Amino acid sequence: MKNWKRFTAIVAAGAMALTMAACGGSSSGNTDNTDASSAAQASSAGEAAAPGQAWYIGGIGPTTGGAASYGLAVKNGIQLAVDEINAAGGINGYPIEYAFQDDEHNAEKSVNAYNALKDWGMQLLIGTVTSTPCVAVEAEAEADNMFLLTPSGTSVDAISGANAFRLCFSDPNQGVGAAQYIGEHNLAKKIAVIYDSSDVYSSGIYEKFAETAKEENLEIVCAEAFTAQSNKDFTTQVQKAADAGAELVFLPIYYTEASLILQQCAAMDYAPLFFGCDGLDGLLGVENFDTSLAEGVMLLTPYAANSDDPLSVAFTDAYKAAFNNETPIQFAADAYDCVYAVKQAIEKAGATPDMSVSDLCEALKTAMTEITFAGVTGEITWEADGEPNKTPKAVIIENGSYKML
Amino acid sequence: MSFFSYLINGVGLGSVYAIIALGYTMVYGIAKMLNFAHGDVIMIGAYIVFVAMTSLGIPALPSLIVAMIFCLVLGVVIEKVAYRPLRNAASKLAVLITAIGVSYLLQNIALLVFGPNPKSFSNIVKLPPVSIGGINISSTTLVTIAASVVIMLVLTFFVKKTKPGQAMQAVSEDRGAAGLMGINVNGTISLTFAIGSALAAVAGALMCSSYPILDPYTGSMPGIKAFVAAVFGGIGSIPGAMIGGILLGIIENLSKAYISSQIADAIVFAVLIIVLLVRPAGLFGKNVQEKV
Amino acid sequence: MGKLKNSMRKITKKNLMTYICLAIGFVIIQSCSAGGLLTFQIKGLLVPVCIYIICAVALNLVVGISGELSLGHAGFLCLGAYGAAIFSKITNGLIPDPIRFLLALIIGAAVGALFGFLIGIPVLRLNGDYLAIVTLAFCQIIQNLLNVFYIGVDKHGLHVAMQDPTKLELEEGGQVIVKGAQGITGTPKDANFIIGIILVFITLFIVLNLIDSRTGRAIMAIRDNRIAAESIGIDVTKHKLLAFTISAGLVGMAGALYSHNLATLTVAKFDYNTSILILVFVVLGGIGNIRGSIIATVILYVLPELLRGLQTYRMLIYAIVLIVIMLFSWAPGAIAFRQRIMERLKNRGKGVQ
Repeated sequence: MKNWKRFTAIVAAGAMALTMAACGGSSSGNTDNTDASSAAQASSAGEAAAPGQAWYIGGIGPTTGGAASYGLAVKNGIQLAVDEINAAGGINGYPIEYAFQDDEHNAEKSVNAYNALKDWGMQLLIGTVTSTPCVAVEAEAEADNMFLLTPSGTSVDAISGANAFRLCFSDPNQGVGAAQYIGEHNLAKKIAVIYDSSDVYSSGIYEKFAETAKEENLEIVCAEAFTAQSNKDFTTQVQKAADAGAELVFLPIYYTEASLILQQCAAMDYAPLFFGCDGLDGLLGVENFDTSLAEGVMLLTPYAANSDDPLSVAFTDAYKAAFNNETPIQFAADAYDCVYAVKQAIEKAGATPDMSVSDLCEALKTAMTEITFAGVTGEITWEADGEPNKTPKAVIIENGSYKML
Repeated sequence: MSFFSYLINGVGLGSVYAIIALGYTMVYGIAKMLNFAHGDVIMIGAYIVFVAMTSLGIPALPSLIVAMIFCLVLGVVIEKVAYRPLRNAASKLAVLITAIGVSYLLQNIALLVFGPNPKSFSNIVKLPPVSIGGINISSTTLVTIAASVVIMLVLTFFVKKTKPGQAMQAVSEDRGAAGLMGINVNGTISLTFAIGSALAAVAGALMCSSYPILDPYTGSMPGIKAFVAAVFGGIGSIPGAMIGGILLGIIENLSKAYISSQIADAIVFAVLIIVLLVRPAGLFGKNVQEKV
Repeated sequence: MGKLKNSMRKITKKNLMTYICLAIGFVIIQSCSAGGLLTFQIKGLLVPVCIYIICAVALNLVVGISGELSLGHAGFLCLGAYGAAIFSKITNGLIPDPIRFLLALIIGAAVGALFGFLIGIPVLRLNGDYLAIVTLAFCQIIQNLLNVFYIGVDKHGLHVAMQDPTKLELEEGGQVIVKGAQGITGTPKDANFIIGIILVFITLFIVLNLIDSRTGRAIMAIRDNRIAAESIGIDVTKHKLLAFTISAGLVGMAGALYSHNLATLTVAKFDYNTSILILVFVVLGGIGNIRGSIIATVILYVLPELLRGLQTYRMLIYAIVLIVIMLFSWAPGAIAFRQRIMERLKNRGKGVQ
């Protein structure tokens, strides 16, 4: 009897939750539509377009959880490009409808987000933002033969199918690139690596870096790891690097942890060269960060917020104007470029929005390998396996801003 | 030579765990609940200090006081709204889950209010490092240790010697009997949360001074680690939390230094398990004899 | 005697109701699905819901029936998922798919149960919050070690290494299966809703029968009063360990289903947050209430998905709903309030008659 009471209580609570959820659910369609239509209204298109009369572009990435800053940057980057394109008359004369879904940097949630976008009518996907979810979503997208272009999914498997392309460098690519750059420019012989052993991106770069470093006759004197569970105190890793006499510390990690490492090195009077990958971009944008700590840090990045490249300048200014004067990180630039790359590929293929998802994918697959795209993150061509060809730019931080090397 | 600097750095990390663990252990000892939201109150406290110092330009100490008051109110409100109604629930787990809900809530509020981008915290301790025998010790570490010791002593004195403190002990020992003796149980538990949460603000400010990065999830992992430290020292024991925290920091850094930085986490937790198997109530915990 | 029989029948009846409800739910969903009424989103949620139902029911066996708080079940989920995925990666193409998947499920369950047993031996001596923290610690250790764990396969068989994939020393043509933090990718997608629901039934069958058996009553006796149970000759360690091992085995099986549902498997997913998520399902559904676990899992797993329209406010609302539901279903004040309302409704019903 007692159990029954509890049972009814739960059902009551559940029903309450469900009704709330259902309200949320039904309003969800509305908010999405109003979002999209407000974007469209800003352009010449006017009212929200019917399916077949507009490009339904979906995006997926973390907008909550620990990786939210990357997901929101991508969300904004896509939004900016979509608004610009719609204002200029759309792609092949059709406006873009755009929806972005949260995946909490979780592969399982990412597939749910993908399914929700399919219900919304998504025809092609720009995403996902992070690697692990991208692998899971790509498997689903491949089964549906839906075109996928990831702005920042760096792991090899993130674009395993023929339907998938990426705009950023892959992890191995960055590891090899970094080791070769250090070797060719003779920056140092004794190298220490501090990497995140619990992170796909970081450990992926480190593996390839270690392999290539051998070929380049670089000596890795110490390779120290940290994990997401202990990512505050790096004094031991830094001390070991210093004791091993490393002249250069390679940081294949994100800027959040890097800022702590730089600060802790400074406190220990240890001043080696620092070399990083695209994850370090954003370092100068950390609010209240003492940029003198980052002086002399080198990184390979496709985009630098305050470089003097005219395209970069235009993008940075537009982004700041649209989003509370926030300095865009490389994720935003990649996402922005993704939309324009898709636009160029659609125009090349002469596609129309009334094509089926699969036909569109086939058309875009071919078109992607034929275009030469010039965007904020450089000039890119694509191989049929989805990998981009572009030259990494090495930049150094001088006087609180990036300088091309 | 390196050994000493590893040790000193371990103490630095440990002092941060200790100061967080003090708040944890205080609340656990009296209210007998695992307050999973404690780490997030720390994060909120750090944000308040950050906003006061960086955006409003208020000096460090007044900023800290503002944050303490804010967190104190926050802690009392959380206790009153989310925890108190469940104090006599059929299972202790109900309030644990609610604490997790509060933790999510605080994280998401911070995400919406302060944004997802990490912020670099300004050190509230603006003193030069101290050099002992050729090893630099950051003044932040020294201040954190000093603060944990002072807090530990004051708390111990407060609980042992003052009237409200003794009321806390009584509530901790037997809530029902304490109520019958005329102790205001609700008030005492509110007071516990007030003190614990105000300490969280201090812990947040000192943690972010040592490791100056702040985002909405800054508090959650150190919160768990500090909880481990509190268990390590014997949860509920105030000196235990202090010593547990420092030991945890030292073990973590020494295993990174001499065994492997890849599996340092595993080693730390393995040590915890061994300690608990040998001394099931932690290093300084009271072993409660089970009665029939 | 008659009374006893009666109560037995009541229990069987109650269990039967659970099975029937579940079967009806399954039939409704399947026919909706066949009729094309389900959205992609709902279809995509079916298998994960089954996975978490199994986890919640299994954890309820430990938390509700055995009365021990475990925060380490994500670790067993992870181990089961890894064991099954490694097996499937090695034997993919060598064994017919259905048999391979069946074996993978069994391996997942076996791995989970084995580690549940091994971890249970030392851990179950502790109780209460200390047990919780030690299981959490084991979960962290598993996570940390798997992050630096590499397995490769070549002509000579399996190679295992820690920290560095080059230490695998694979021959030409060898394949790295487990790549540290990058985990396992490309596990065949064998899971579907029918298999999921079958596994839910199996789980329910095992757990409900265990609860109603002599062993189950012994376990509950230990939960209610360990010393009294011991004094009448119940082997405390054996029974606690049994419940813990079965629970870990079932969660391991759920892990096998998990790894055969997604193309990627990384340990980062199986942190203490996942353990807590499952615990939330159990507590909300009612500690010891198996049917409640199922209902709570369905509601709480689907809820954040239905809230997608709220965009960035989604998780905020979810947190608030979680707190409100907890207060509503557990607070003594709220329970009394509900009972008053129920009574009034009942009285009114009588009045009309």
